[in-house]
Amino acid sequence: MGKVVLVTGVARQLGARFVDRIRREPGVDLVVGVDTEPPRRPVGSVAPLDHSRCADFVFAHADLRRPAIARVLAEYAVDTVVHLNVSATNPGTSARATVKEINVIGSMQLLGACQQSAVLRRLVVKSTTGVYGSTPRDPAVFTERTQPKTLPTGGFAKDAAEVEGYVRGFARRRPDVAVSVLRFANLVGPGADTPLAEYFTLPVLPTALGHDPRLQFVHEDDAVEVLRLAALDPGEGEPRRTGTFNVAGEGVLLLSQCARRLGRPTVPILLPALGWVAALAKRSRVSDFSTEQIGLLAHGRVVDTTALREVFGYRPRFSTTEAFADFAAGQRAGLLPPERLATVTDRLTALLRTPEDVRTPDDRS
Amino acid sequence: MSAAHEELPGEAKVIPIESAPSWSPAGDEAGADLAAVAARLADGLGDLLGDLLADRLGPVTESVFGKGWEGRAASGLAFLRRRITGDYEVDEFGFDRELTEEVFLSALRPLAEKYFRIEVRGIENIPAEGGALVVANHSGVVPLDALMTQVAIHDHHPARRHLRMLAADLVFVLPLVGELARKAGHTLACNEDAQALLERGEVVGVWPEGFKGIGKPFAERYKLQRFGRGGFVASALRAQVPIVPCSIVGAEETYPMLGNVKSLARLLGLPYLPITPTFPWLGPLGVLPLPTKWTIQFGEPIRTDGYPPEAAEDPMLVFNLTDEVRETIQHTLYRLLVDRRSVFF
Repeated sequence: MGKVVLVTGVARQLGARFVDRIRREPGVDLVVGVDTEPPRRPVGSVAPLDHSRCADFVFAHADLRRPAIARVLAEYAVDTVVHLNVSATNPGTSARATVKEINVIGSMQLLGACQQSAVLRRLVVKSTTGVYGSTPRDPAVFTERTQPKTLPTGGFAKDAAEVEGYVRGFARRRPDVAVSVLRFANLVGPGADTPLAEYFTLPVLPTALGHDPRLQFVHEDDAVEVLRLAALDPGEGEPRRTGTFNVAGEGVLLLSQCARRLGRPTVPILLPALGWVAALAKRSRVSDFSTEQIGLLAHGRVVDTTALREVFGYRPRFSTTEAFADFAAGQRAGLLPPERLATVTDRLTALLRTPEDVRTPDDRS
Repeated sequence: MSAAHEELPGEAKVIPIESAPSWSPAGDEAGADLAAVAARLADGLGDLLGDLLADRLGPVTESVFGKGWEGRAASGLAFLRRRITGDYEVDEFGFDRELTEEVFLSALRPLAEKYFRIEVRGIENIPAEGGALVVANHSGVVPLDALMTQVAIHDHHPARRHLRMLAADLVFVLPLVGELARKAGHTLACNEDAQALLERGEVVGVWPEGFKGIGKPFAERYKLQRFGRGGFVASALRAQVPIVPCSIVGAEETYPMLGNVKSLARLLGLPYLPITPTFPWLGPLGVLPLPTKWTIQFGEPIRTDGYPPEAAEDPMLVFNLTDEVRETIQHTLYRLLVDRRSVFF
């Protein structure tokens, strides 16, 4: 009998794409998707499903905050749980309290259900590199073992840190279940729906004056691939993919570089004032911007991915730069498109050359 | 080593800017209009400038800017093109090699060569490749000595190596200062960062006296303060890289610190607030350092690869090595001071 994989958060882009991918995997018999809304067609490069060769998909309408999830787990004899429903935003609601409840209470319910299941073998949980926080007093590169100087005080990062705590507790109580926690850097891709992606769609980017944060991105394709590797059993002789792993594209982009590559002008604002601007934007529903995002925009965050490369044997196909380029390709034109600016300097350079050639004979005479 | 390898500009992976089509003619109409107007404006301006500089004022511009100014202008424009389109690389620590070489070091070079007339000795003690930890004495109220060491190593070392300094957390808390420090290749003085940089094969600079050294009164000049907790030695032991002691003479007299307004410093959250013969009496002019003559001497490297990596956990060994480094720097300082003809020449 093949694997039965349960995926939470399938209404979101990442969940939908992961379901599409895992259904093609040989050895997977059934994929159960859980969310409060059925999945939409994922955006991005997914070939149409060949239904003869892919696993069945069942959508189970369930609110993770209710104990109903335990019934779903038992009904389909789920042996692998991929928990993706830990997110900064939720399609159904904009209230922070509800999002927090779905993240934290939802995870607790799911873990409780997992603990009762006798057939469960594997648990994969999506987390964020936000759990490291971002302050100027932190080391420049976080490894999985780095203790953050200050724990996230609120928002999605705090939820993720709390969820990770419950997952660690679960792993202690059920040592027979292989548990992996994947800390993703900022997800980008053609259809990514994260707050940072939303920030980059603003026509003018407010930035923190005197700060140029280092950012890291991970492409959705890579995220799906890492999730797939974590959900499957490792092959003969391969290391067990359990524990906590940072997932990020190689390399770093500064916020100023991102803005220039997108062709978006920046407006540097004093750091405390940036908080007010964000609060104002949030209240006027222009953009949903939380405090931990401000920290990221001021101090940045870079993680070490050695563990991912060694244990998973996987090197993200998209570097940070390439992932961002792919994201930028799907964006509306900015006010200062880099190609236009480049033409201006190119023209000036051309002008420099021509008069020189013209003048040389004159000089000789 | 492989990480250091990847940073070579020749091998750097650069996404051609054309592959990021954030601008398309069919895109946002207002944006396109604006861009077209900007392009026309730039064209007109370019034509006018090119015309003026090359044709009418050709001989004049040549005598003003010197021969080959077109070549320099072209490379300047190429630099500008990369900057405005964001087409450059930074490493994980935020080090912007191009900006550092073209802007920061160029700005600091006259200060090092013309103002302080730095004499660099023993540069061969810094290895041509691989990690090394440069440990130096700290002095002079403002960390000019650290910046000058960075210029000296880059300009005098045959491999043009960049010094990656470990700086106090105050640097990264301050806006702008922190941003510039990161872009110049420096990072927070903590074990994790020191370790990571040394393992990537970088030359790391550390000033273990910290604020105690830089903010000490003039009467205690060239007397080394306590060398922290020896964390730098432990990092070098773990990474198995040599420690290069570095003695800097001349920086102590740039801002002779006669007094320290401790109460005001505490109020402003600063480690000290100096009173020098010129500051604050001469106002902004008092910020100018005295034009002392500097010597930077790199000593024989102290090897750490003879110890097993777990030696970093042996506090006795760490203390002994710390003392050895400190004594070497102190004795070299005394020797250099005896040889010095005058503070200013």
